[in-house]
Amino acid sequence: MGVREWVERWPVYRQLTSPDPLARGRAVQSPRYAGVRPRIATADIEAGSVCPYCAVGCAQRVFVRDEQVIQIEGNPESPISRGRLCPKGSASKQLVTGPQREQKVLYRPPYGTSWRELGLDDAMGMVADRVLDARRKGWQDIDEHGHRVRRTMGIASLGGATLDNEENYLIKKLFTALGAVQIENQARI
Amino acid sequence: MPGLGTSFGRGGATDYQQDLSKSDCIIIMGSNMAEAHPVGFQWVVEAKNRGATVIHIDPRFTRTSALAHQFVPLRAGTDIAFLGGVINHILTNDLAFREYVLPYTNASFLLNEDYRDTEDLDGLFSGFDPQTRAYDTATWQYAGVPAADVGDTSPEEARELATGHQHGAGGPVLEDVTGDIPADPTLQDPRCVYQVLKRHFARYTPEVVEQICGTPPELFAQVCEAWTRNSGRERTSAVVYAVGWTQHSLGAQFIRAASIIQLLLGQIGRPGGGIMAMRGHASIQGSTDIPTLYNLLPGYLPMPVGTSHRDLTSYIDSIRADKQKGFWRNADTYIVSLLKEYWGDAATKDNDFCFDYLPKITGDHGTYRTAMDMVDGTVYGYFLLGQNPAVGSANGRLQRLGMANLDWLVVRDLAMIESAEFWKDGPEVETGELVPEQCRTEVFFFPAASHVEKEGTFTNTQRMLQWRDKALEPKGDQRSELWFFYHLGRLLKDRLAASTDDRDRPLLDLAWDYEVDGDEPSGQDVLRHINGSDLTTGRLVDGYMDLKADGSTSCGCWIYSGVYAGGVNQAARRRPRDEQTFYALEWGWVWPYNRRILYNRASADPQGRPWSEGKACVWWDEERGEWTGEDVPDFERTKPPTYVPPPDAVGPAALRGDDPFIMQADGKGWLFAPRGLLDGPMPTHYEPHESPVRNLLYGQQSNPTRIVYPRPDNPSNPSPPEPFGDVFPYVMTTSRLTEHHTAGGMSRWLPYLSELQPQLFMEVSPELAAERGLQHLGWGHVVTSRTAVEARVVVTDRLVPLRVQDRVVHQIWMPYHWGHTGLVTGDVVNDLFGIALEPNVLIQDTKVLTCDVRPGRRPRGPALLEYVAGYRRRAHVTLATGVPAGAADPQGS
Repeated sequence: MGVREWVERWPVYRQLTSPDPLARGRAVQSPRYAGVRPRIATADIEAGSVCPYCAVGCAQRVFVRDEQVIQIEGNPESPISRGRLCPKGSASKQLVTGPQREQKVLYRPPYGTSWRELGLDDAMGMVADRVLDARRKGWQDIDEHGHRVRRTMGIASLGGATLDNEENYLIKKLFTALGAVQIENQARI
Repeated sequence: MPGLGTSFGRGGATDYQQDLSKSDCIIIMGSNMAEAHPVGFQWVVEAKNRGATVIHIDPRFTRTSALAHQFVPLRAGTDIAFLGGVINHILTNDLAFREYVLPYTNASFLLNEDYRDTEDLDGLFSGFDPQTRAYDTATWQYAGVPAADVGDTSPEEARELATGHQHGAGGPVLEDVTGDIPADPTLQDPRCVYQVLKRHFARYTPEVVEQICGTPPELFAQVCEAWTRNSGRERTSAVVYAVGWTQHSLGAQFIRAASIIQLLLGQIGRPGGGIMAMRGHASIQGSTDIPTLYNLLPGYLPMPVGTSHRDLTSYIDSIRADKQKGFWRNADTYIVSLLKEYWGDAATKDNDFCFDYLPKITGDHGTYRTAMDMVDGTVYGYFLLGQNPAVGSANGRLQRLGMANLDWLVVRDLAMIESAEFWKDGPEVETGELVPEQCRTEVFFFPAASHVEKEGTFTNTQRMLQWRDKALEPKGDQRSELWFFYHLGRLLKDRLAASTDDRDRPLLDLAWDYEVDGDEPSGQDVLRHINGSDLTTGRLVDGYMDLKADGSTSCGCWIYSGVYAGGVNQAARRRPRDEQTFYALEWGWVWPYNRRILYNRASADPQGRPWSEGKACVWWDEERGEWTGEDVPDFERTKPPTYVPPPDAVGPAALRGDDPFIMQADGKGWLFAPRGLLDGPMPTHYEPHESPVRNLLYGQQSNPTRIVYPRPDNPSNPSPPEPFGDVFPYVMTTSRLTEHHTAGGMSRWLPYLSELQPQLFMEVSPELAAERGLQHLGWGHVVTSRTAVEARVVVTDRLVPLRVQDRVVHQIWMPYHWGHTGLVTGDVVNDLFGIALEPNVLIQDTKVLTCDVRPGRRPRGPALLEYVAGYRRRAHVTLATGVPAGAADPQGS
């Protein structure tokens, strides 16, 4: 390292000669820091998303690398949130990547004392059979006053208000076609 | 929702969050916005920095109060007394914005001669039937306007059907209101709405407000002064509320009271004005717009009713009037287009578009009624889709015991929530009421995909649909609800393919041919079907004005029609805010028709000119012959302000050029609601279902139409005039923390959030702590006739004892996010509540109850049951306790 280079690396020199006289930026940057890149720079995908907690509707940017979420942060381009997230929204990477996320279908038989694993296809088939059974047991063509109702009172559903509009649409449509009417949502709670 | 819907014609927030920054005064009541909606609260802070006055009215000093100019305390559940006091202040001092009120509201309309007020009938309106505890609304009508034909739906049945929900996107039905309604433009006639309102609220004086709410008169006077000063041509005030208003036995009427004030002061449809409903979940607005609710079809079309909707014609005739104004008159095009989306080619004009395929409702099939039916053994299977009623619903014990008595339960969630494991180690296992080896319910747990692992839209609190891209595939068996229901439907169709049973036709004919990507149904394709198409050309429609009633269009949700206008996913637009004007019309899509401020025709005067330069939003451009401005006009674009319809016009064509409330049958904002609400045309102060004091104003103690379910597993605490209420002498209210989310399924498993708020606690005043011997940071427990819940005690002056009538009322506050699983655990606060419901929408009253509080931890195991039974004995709680007078005798009493 020559004298000139040595002097030029001196922060006071850089402060006095660079466009950063108050030493708030490049004048005091270390070589290590100059090499640091944000982790989102290495993301394969940036997806536009929306925070799943309250109804403010803060925009999120979701960064994915190697099929893993590496960062979720606020989107400063949103006119609603202007890039901000609250503690919950800021924790949403833990929400989607944490060990609490179950990955297997679990089954507890009647009178059982523990869970056991069940294949997804088997579970879907068992649920379909049970839906038809409960529908039949609770079926009413007419109610107790003789009004035509063609419905089942054997099946109920309660959804959360973090379901997508498209999901709610299919849920209501399918249950309606089945004749199930006790289809409810957090919106009433 | 019916509070806004009956007042203005739509149940959504009238305003746009960012627009709060244009306010001169923001009244926050029934909301702790800084805590529950912190990022939205930046717009309140922005307004404050620009000089706006911010006022927070609440039982407790909160994070919102800390940033307000003024904190005003009141007793939980007395909001109508407070707001009625403001209305009385406006009317007594002639402070209404008369140039707005006269043309835009129903102030001048004359009422039926037979109408009688609560002032005449000691707390009841005319038309009350004490046997059914329901109102016949015939006497609430305008003079000369017949009571609308409501088919065979009786008033009592209307309550069971939660008909209040139906005004989410269209006002209540009034027949024969297209012509001139008898009116007195001088507002002097004693029968005109303005004078009726004035008499109704005349007794809501500052002294009465103080005696009922416990609010000091000087603070109340400051609220009245700030609110009214910031009104008129040059200035606007906004109201912000949340479930602190809705979750009451009078919830809709709280919102009505605020709506009346905002109409009188000319604040609706104007920049910086309006009523901002802050919803609590990412798509709670969407969950009613495209409902999974028993009494609604998409777009607030009511579910058909077995007693009266025999066919499509009788259905359409009962949900809209022939001679009514506005766009709800076109409800026939909305329902036919929905039936075409549901049943495709099978739906034809000859078969009533398969109307008969829709199952019929006949009463209360809501979530609480259903939970009791589970206990009683008449429900066999239950789906929980991202919902945790074991923690999040009132009377958690009843919820859990209901789930323990099913054939099967399907839980779909991100994590192993309490509702999936109630049989294993829930509170009833501790008390011995549930034994795993004896619990018969078969439980399936399906892991769900998260918000980043699927594509779709949420509808936020300002009615904005925002599209989410799919960032990555879910892992293992994790799937979206879209996947689950699409494939469940496919499997069911396969199983029934050979069926000849008539009951299976609706399923077999169901249009279920959505595009699939791999095995995941396409959210975009479902959204396109929600938007709707012209079936003759196959092209997507641009909005609900394109829909037809002849079967040539299909549309899954008429209010969302336009989200795919021009064949483009409008909800996916993300043009950066810096590249747009204030209303950012190219970010997301807002129903209806991307209009950001509802009723914005009212931001201009009757002649179409802005009320003032500073508050301009939408105005009439005479040269171009159209409405223009910063927002999309919520009005027919080329209808001039001077337009007067011909006498035979109906529907949209019958709207005058100065009728800004285009979904209302008469085009006006409703100070007085002749229809649509089951508990009164105007708000009236009643005490909460559980209260320590007698109603100061009326013999009628509490909302006479509220829904109670007297059962041994759902007792109420006694309230005056019933004796022994002093066993539960304190008032309690609950709300949220920033760091947790509702029943905790999305927060109590997260290390960051669990560390920030690790434990259930209760806040009490130093005075109450001294009275009961509670130690700061020590244990205490709260007791009701349902159960006892323990928590750490925080002694704080955020709660102040209030002087109410001749006594001091202490209030306790608790958050409600905890349960028995997760990283941080605690007792379930909702177990303290019984089930008592608001009559219009059947929402539970979980913002106010009475209770006792004691130092130390609660008894454990079976001793807890005996401890609470002791309280019930001392309070003489029976099945008749808390049941409104006149109610049918409770079963088994």
